[in-house]
Amino acid sequence: MLKLFKGLKPYALLIACVLVLVFISTMTDLELPDLMSEIVNTGIVQGDVPYILGRGGIMLLVALIGTACTILTSYLTARIGIGFSRDLRKKVFTKVESFSLSEVNEIGTASLITRTTNDINQVQLVVIMMMRMMLSAPLMIVGAMIRAVNKDIELSKVIFIVIPIIVLTIIVIAKFTMPMFEKMQKRIDRLNLVVRENLTGIRVIRVFNKVSREQERFNEASIEVSKIATIANRLMGALMPLMMLILNLSIIAVIWFGGIRIDGGDLMVGDLMAFIQYLTQIMFSLLMLTMMFVLIPRAQASAVRINEVLEMEPSIVSPADAVKPTLKGCVEFKNVSFGYEGAEEYAISDISFSAKPGEITAIIGGTGSGKSSILNMIPRFYDAAVGEVLVDGVNVRQMNEDELRSKIGYVPQKAMLFTGTIRDNILYGKEDATDEEICHALDIAQATDFVSKMKEGIESPISQGGTNVSGGQKQRLSIARAVVRKPEIYLFDDSFSALDFKTDAKLREALKKETQNATVIIVAQRVSTVMDATRILVMDEGRIVGMGTHEELLKTNEIYQQIVESQLKKGEEE
Amino acid sequence: MAGPMGRGPKAGEAKAKDFKGSLVRLGGYLKPYRIGLVVVLFAAITSVIFAIISPKIMAKITDELMRPVLDRVSGVANPLPIDFSYIFKIILILIGLYVLSSAFNYLQQFIMAGISQKVVYDLRRDIDEKLARLPLKFFDSHTNGELLSRFTNDVDNISGTLQQSITQVITSVTTVIGVLVMMLTISPMLTVVSIIVIPLSGVLMMLVVKRSQKYFIGQQKELGDLNGHIEEMYTGHNVVKAFGHEPKAIAEFDSVNARLYNVGWRAQFLSGLVMPIISFIGNLGYVLVAVIGGILVTKGRITVGDIQAFIQYNRQFTQPIAQIAQISNIIQSTVASAERVFELLDEPEVIPDSEHPQIPKENRGAVEFEHVKFGYREDRILINDMNIKAEPGQMVAIVGPTGAGKTTLVNLLLRFYELNGGRILVDGVDITQMTRAALRKKFGMVLQDTWLFNGTIRDNIAYGREDVTEEEIVAAAKAAHADHFIRVLPEGYDTVLNEEVSNISQGQKQLLTIARALLADPEIMILDEATSSVDTRTELQIQNAMKTLMKGRTSFVIAHRLSTIREADVILVMKDGDVIETGNHDSLMEQNGFYADLYNSQFNQEEEV
Repeated sequence: MLKLFKGLKPYALLIACVLVLVFISTMTDLELPDLMSEIVNTGIVQGDVPYILGRGGIMLLVALIGTACTILTSYLTARIGIGFSRDLRKKVFTKVESFSLSEVNEIGTASLITRTTNDINQVQLVVIMMMRMMLSAPLMIVGAMIRAVNKDIELSKVIFIVIPIIVLTIIVIAKFTMPMFEKMQKRIDRLNLVVRENLTGIRVIRVFNKVSREQERFNEASIEVSKIATIANRLMGALMPLMMLILNLSIIAVIWFGGIRIDGGDLMVGDLMAFIQYLTQIMFSLLMLTMMFVLIPRAQASAVRINEVLEMEPSIVSPADAVKPTLKGCVEFKNVSFGYEGAEEYAISDISFSAKPGEITAIIGGTGSGKSSILNMIPRFYDAAVGEVLVDGVNVRQMNEDELRSKIGYVPQKAMLFTGTIRDNILYGKEDATDEEICHALDIAQATDFVSKMKEGIESPISQGGTNVSGGQKQRLSIARAVVRKPEIYLFDDSFSALDFKTDAKLREALKKETQNATVIIVAQRVSTVMDATRILVMDEGRIVGMGTHEELLKTNEIYQQIVESQLKKGEEE
Repeated sequence: MAGPMGRGPKAGEAKAKDFKGSLVRLGGYLKPYRIGLVVVLFAAITSVIFAIISPKIMAKITDELMRPVLDRVSGVANPLPIDFSYIFKIILILIGLYVLSSAFNYLQQFIMAGISQKVVYDLRRDIDEKLARLPLKFFDSHTNGELLSRFTNDVDNISGTLQQSITQVITSVTTVIGVLVMMLTISPMLTVVSIIVIPLSGVLMMLVVKRSQKYFIGQQKELGDLNGHIEEMYTGHNVVKAFGHEPKAIAEFDSVNARLYNVGWRAQFLSGLVMPIISFIGNLGYVLVAVIGGILVTKGRITVGDIQAFIQYNRQFTQPIAQIAQISNIIQSTVASAERVFELLDEPEVIPDSEHPQIPKENRGAVEFEHVKFGYREDRILINDMNIKAEPGQMVAIVGPTGAGKTTLVNLLLRFYELNGGRILVDGVDITQMTRAALRKKFGMVLQDTWLFNGTIRDNIAYGREDVTEEEIVAAAKAAHADHFIRVLPEGYDTVLNEEVSNISQGQKQLLTIARALLADPEIMILDEATSSVDTRTELQIQNAMKTLMKGRTSFVIAHRLSTIREADVILVMKDGDVIETGNHDSLMEQNGFYADLYNSQFNQEEEV
């Protein structure tokens, strides 16, 4: 967490102000009991009304100063805390944007999201709480003790005995409850898992008539949660009554011993009253600190996760002296091998092929055969471990990233649309596209039909994650997004899977014309999609096991035959 | 993907529509525990009363300590020394009071912890049982996240309130009244002084809360936007990169982030004002009591001990008032939570099974649709008049473009949804005349989204039947071509599938569901052939396993393969949710309609080869 606090540097001056303000307000809080004891000791004893009024006026002033300080503190901490988290979020987000896919995969998208949102909120909470309470609590404890000692050393001994007792009690209770709450969280997770399984599997459960069995499972989990929650709450519930008891008993102790001191003429009654208030203040400060100690470990865990992101270096950066390519639309793989972070084996090994404009290169093979990995090397989402990937005759490592990617129209496997209108989503491919260009792209992607059926046409909004359009529609829009770019190189990563055969065929027909002068690389599962490609790469376990046209492969390649057979079967024989 | 939304303050949370009704109903859940609640009430009040009496008694000590001093001032030459045995007696009383007060306080917390957990348990059980009685229509129209949040957020909210807030209300109210009474018995004058500051604090608090509300709502919105943006950019990372849009993503992020900062610090600042205000009001009361009390003492109207007591009362007084202000918010949001739970509990349930269910005379697996009319909504009928007949052992293939509503048939066959007209007969009996259990026992399902639960592979396969032997499980796994891959796993059949069932592949999952269906041995099978994201070898295994599964059974196949379609006895061609053509391959080709069109576009290229 300390590492993150470096981000507080720009706020150093403000933090110094907060320190001063907190110090002042703590002092005012401690001053009040003193002033009151003077009222009792001098004013009341001597019956001096003007003195009482005078002291009262000062008290009021002191209270006002204290309040003004806390209000200012609240203002400054809000600015510092929220500003700090704003800066931190920006740092993390900017960092993540610079990551290549390897880094994203390593941490995981869901985890990255949590780190940028919840984890930072968690740290922000602690920063604010720290400045507001944690600074004042120790000051209050120390200050109150000093004042107590000044008033009467003998009586202060009571305070010195009581504090360890309070601390010990808190520690003991925390020792017992913390593991309970951890256990409780685990059981709640278990309960949620059962519920989630029940919801996702509802059809299966009902078909197998397992409703009562699932209810039993649920009840077991539910009882477990209730049991542990009861115990945890009962333990936790002991804290406040115990604290109050300790406080009250120590007040009695102060009064008893204080009484003896008064009897001996060593102490005034007003001082005794001030003492009691010091004690109260100390105890509440300790309770406050306890709360902080509950928060800090949680924030600590968050801080570690955030740091992990910040310290990770993107493995792929544009070279400083980029080479300008002269060719157009050529892709070449030279003995390329590549493995994912932490994987034992290469995902693809020894891949060599080259593709020129006007050609369609199709890659087919089972899951995990490395099809998408080949595709991902071209926009340099990943770097090759061995060999080189050339685009337009230049190794992608030597090319400027932006230039490289401006050549490419990429359609991902999982069609990803962004919040905004359909137009916004198409413009994503080419920011200055005209309406004609957009319509043309939609035409080719076979999307005009359903888009025009929508109420607002291309101005229709797409909700987050594209949930308001079907899978097939999403794919078509993401194809249109790539088409509008008029790229030199088209990369389709299994981008027709959600389309029915008819639309698939029409789309490919339209694309064929559009991409006459471009290099097209298609990853596909369906034989019908790849049949008319210039060349088909058949992948198995990360290697190219066959390359050629449909007819050639059908004659010579066993794996290709298998694939064809499983998909077409009898259609072939007739 | 459910986005991890920021956990902001609870401001602006939906208010309950029927506050009173929901509150009363929530009260109904507390009814079985009324004896416990009475004890809680008693304990809470007792604890508070003891805590309230003690300052007044303690005042006596202060007075006794002060007496000699004051006596001396007022001219008594030799005042009596402090009477320590008197003080000791009072201290004993005080210790007794404190111990009892804390004990009762703990007793109250102890009982309440039990009650609140039991109530929450009851609630959870009711929700779960309700879910079992809800029709699938309900689940299809609500996201899992939404339902899950009833179990977690809403129920948690209620449990927290029961544990904390109820007793807080009791103690706060008792404290306020009790303190008021005690103060009045000491000095009406000082009481008035103490109370005067309260409306002031009330007004200030209202002002702050009102103003901060606006910013909290704004903060919530911006946080939502920001989280949404982050989620989108991270999940679409490859697209963002491929299109070179990182700078744009960052610019957009910056602007939302800045907006969040602007409302965020204001919300934070204003909510941070509550504490200083409360403590200022407390201090104001403190000063007033000290000054006016001090003057009253010099006038001999009250004693120093009374001031001491008043200072303590003052402290006890401001706290519960601040609490009551917060509690009203908490109760609002709790009742809103309870209402959401009750809404769920009030959803219309499935039509109960017929009281005199008919049992088919024979189990052969014949299925007949007679003039079936159906729509997910009354005003949008999808299927107008469907008539099909599947003889025992026949295969019915369902074909059509994606999104044609092929799952509709599954929903109807298994009576997940009710028909709008006509009837479906299974083995000659109208399915509405059978119990659902009896009906569903006849069916087995192997769908695209395989569902397996967090448990061993053995338990997952055995899911379809009670008391099966180990041999039967292994036999089923073998028939489903799953035995081999299971045995290769380090723990074999005892391998525990993890929470996301990510420790086996998609294809292996499918094989397991086939094994599960085989073991259950139903008369009718519903199969989904789509095997995308499965490698070629596993796909062949799945195909063979499905064949085994179909043997001797009536089967409904959501077909993707030409061979299946051609072999089918009946083909249902679906489009936009409706069955538009039926027949076998040859008759449909003759019709030269949608099927022929679909068939040609899909497969003609192959035939040209």
